[in-house]
Amino acid sequence: MFIAGGTNLVDLWKYNLLHPKLVVDINHLPEHRRITELEDGGLRLGALVSNADTAYHPLVESRYPLLSKAILAGASAQIRNMATNGGNLLQRTRCYYFYDADVPCNKRVPGSGCPAMDGYNRIHAILGASGECIAVFPSDMCVALAALEAVVNVSGKNGGRRIPFADFHRLPGDSPEIDNILQHGELITSIDLPEKGFAQNYSYLKLRDRHSYAFALVSVATALELEGDTIRDARIALGGVAHKPWRVREAEAVLVGKKADEAAFTAAAEVLLTGAVGLKYNAFKIELAKRAIVRNGMMALHPETQLPGAQPSA
Amino acid sequence: MTTITLNVNKQTHTLEVLPWVSLLDALRDRLKLTGTKKGCDHGQCGACTVLCDGTRILSCLSLAVMKNGSEITTVEGIADGDALHPLQKAFIEHDAFQCGYCTPGQICSAIGMLAEGKARTRDEVKELMSGNLCRCGANTGIIDAIMEVKEGGGRE
Ligand SMILES: Cc1cc2nc3c(=O)[nH]c(=O)nc-3n(C[C@H](O)[C@H](O)[C@H](O)COP(=O)(O)OP(=O)(O)OC[C@H]3O[C@@H](n4cnc5c(N)ncnc54)[C@H](O)[C@@H]3O)c2cc1C
Ligand code: FES
Ligand code: FES
Repeated sequence: MFIAGGTNLVDLWKYNLLHPKLVVDINHLPEHRRITELEDGGLRLGALVSNADTAYHPLVESRYPLLSKAILAGASAQIRNMATNGGNLLQRTRCYYFYDADVPCNKRVPGSGCPAMDGYNRIHAILGASGECIAVFPSDMCVALAALEAVVNVSGKNGGRRIPFADFHRLPGDSPEIDNILQHGELITSIDLPEKGFAQNYSYLKLRDRHSYAFALVSVATALELEGDTIRDARIALGGVAHKPWRVREAEAVLVGKKADEAAFTAAAEVLLTGAVGLKYNAFKIELAKRAIVRNGMMALHPETQLPGAQPSA
Repeated sequence: MTTITLNVNKQTHTLEVLPWVSLLDALRDRLKLTGTKKGCDHGQCGACTVLCDGTRILSCLSLAVMKNGSEITTVEGIADGDALHPLQKAFIEHDAFQCGYCTPGQICSAIGMLAEGKARTRDEVKELMSGNLCRCGANTGIIDAIMEVKEGGGRE
């Protein structure tokens, strides 16, 4: 196994959830520890750059402020100093049953069962879940990367691949033990951001049980391209609701050509949440997500009102 | 066992550690620097915060072998002889602790935060200090103390 920042691996290891035979420290690969401009106008984020250095990088702050805000809404300053961009994509779920080595969990021990289904499922998925697993993917950074249509660069025995962000993480289906399409031995080398950064109108809203240093119950990354008050292009991605960042193109299409107002965002929210299923304790997330989408859409019209830690501001 | 060298509070130590030993355990159990506290051992409380090459990190989630050759500063290393660090003084003046268990982590974290230079307002200081929990609820005093050092004032 590779270790980068160690903030997820060491934690899981101590909980007896991982039993690595070999751990390889990949921090001494300076070529993956830098942020570089791409010829096509995009930006390449090295996999070993810390989350903090990425969020505060002048080119990220000025051209991809949505990404900067999403990163800064996650974890704590100390963890962001340690955590790397590659590791952030590969962090495991925070499902309480996954984290308890003494109980069954299909993600940890395939076929053992899922106690969350009939258990305390307050933080669990409302979209894209399966009969095997209702865990959610907890990253904030990845919600923004999904909205920005980043590309993950990977290198392995058989050469390199470029993976569109939407294809990188997967839904649980009948193999919830597999979070993403990375193959054993493959190294994430960098993440490419396309030129279009939506730096004028964007917002990240993170709703959680305490104002800071907590995982999202629901989060929303919204990026808009406006002409006057008409929406020309829109991206909306949700965090905390599924096994991967949740994006629905049809919901974004609903916004194009419309006036950027509550009615438009409400219509988009309905499409985004189509097919959402609430369980005993998490049904509240459906309405929470819809309202968060509307609120964050309005906040994106005034990004300067964004509060520290992606708290609600408008 | 792996032999590593750590420069802790300007003193060089060479020690043999197993690869899975955390920096926190190496500091506390091997170097007997027990100022750095173990609250949760899982990255959730900030009590174990130290400075590594000037940056605040969590020593509980750091493997000691991966810090080979690094310069570590713990709470034991921040005073100048008998002269307390300004944050130590401010913590006393503002009643910024009760049991004191979170204090070494709070102070190391605050040093790191001030060096990062990203917090402008009191709200931003609070947000950027949220990785340090205080179960005694001394938070108001803690932020007062940090604000005083940051800009000489700022009681809520
Ligand atoms: C208390 C706490 C609170 C947190 N809160 C949040 C939060 O609110 N929001 C949020 O988004 N995150 C949060 N996190 C998670 C944190 O962001 C992740 O742990 C971190 O991003 C992981 O990065 P790392 O470099 O430390 O990964 P590691 O722990 O080093 O690695 C994680 C996994 O990725 C693999 N890996 C790492 N780098 C590569 C690479 N380049 N190529 C291939 N494989 C690789 C490792 O083998 C391992 O399996 C929190 C973590 C903690 C401990
Ligand atoms: S002991 Fe390290 S964060 Fe709690
Ligand atoms: S003073 Fe007791 S935990 Fe902070």
